[in-house]
Amino acid sequence: MAHIPVDPATPGIRSLFNYRPETGAPLSRLAHALLHGESPLTKAERELLATFVSHGNKCTFCTMSHAAAARHQYGADASIVDDVVYHNNTDRLSAKMRALLPIAEKVRQGGRIVTDADVQAARDAGAVDRDIHDTVLIAAAFCMYNRYVDGLAALTPTDPEAYVPMGKRMAEQGYGG
Amino acid sequence: MAHITVPSGLPGITGLLESRLDTSAPIRDLTQFILRGPNTLTEGERELIATIVSAGNACTFCTNAHAATAARYGWTRDEVDAIVWDPTTAPVSDKVRHLLIMARALQRNVQGITADMVVAARKAGATDVEIHDTVLIASLFCLYNRYVDGLASDYPPSMDYYEKLADRLTTNGYERKGLPNASH
Repeated sequence: MAHIPVDPATPGIRSLFNYRPETGAPLSRLAHALLHGESPLTKAERELLATFVSHGNKCTFCTMSHAAAARHQYGADASIVDDVVYHNNTDRLSAKMRALLPIAEKVRQGGRIVTDADVQAARDAGAVDRDIHDTVLIAAAFCMYNRYVDGLAALTPTDPEAYVPMGKRMAEQGYGG
Repeated sequence: MAHITVPSGLPGITGLLESRLDTSAPIRDLTQFILRGPNTLTEGERELIATIVSAGNACTFCTNAHAATAARYGWTRDEVDAIVWDPTTAPVSDKVRHLLIMARALQRNVQGITADMVVAARKAGATDVEIHDTVLIASLFCLYNRYVDGLASDYPPSMDYYEKLADRLTTNGYERKGLPNASH
């Protein structure tokens, strides 16, 4: 049960957005700008970064919901998501994404451990400033969203099927930006 | 030197927020509301939460900025430093002490807040909204700290910069207001 009296029928972060709409509105707009706004990273790649960081943080709600959104975005290649997040297999990612994932992981652990060499490796694989910026901010933002959800013990459905329509909606409609 | 080119050349979070406005607008709006909006936690108490999380994440820019700002609200800078070092003996109310302990636990571990911590905070007088806002401020600074350090944003030229920043944050708050010359 959540630590605060949110609507018990609404899962995850949505229940928190409804509880405090003054903060829910900018939190939704940020997610929309990050994951659906302009970026050299595809929407699928950005949802994958969100899933990867949430999984590293062991936030079940964010991992399951963004994995569902990422699978929807990848379409016929949906199994890439499970390969990367659950099986540590990045074979089907671009060289650029393979170099950005370790940066996201270091940001998750703590921003200070990202090195010049990590960034250079991403540049050598084709990343431009904006790829690096967006990777760092997505990873940082999910360190916020994951803590917000688990810090308040928001309702986390255990049935994977519950996340399928949620992921479809997130992928198709975005986050209310 | 920063990992990416920051067009404004401004140090710390300020330069990053100026480099991408579609994401910085909601980040600023959220910060303005949660740190300066109407609240039963004082502005100073909310700045202490921002400071304890930033110190725990060893984010030099954010710690200096928010410690300088917190020190404008009734504590000396030495007291602020002592509070973030060990909140269990902090010269604050029982309620705020429990909220600071929750913030630190969440900074260290995504699942770090226990039901017992929430019960203790509530017993010390914390409301549901105060518990919510503490969790959200702590979470938000886990974003800020990683954004600032993950891109190795530049440090300001001197410690005096943080005092000027504290001047702004205590008067204008966190809105953009005429940047690039403004701060934060």
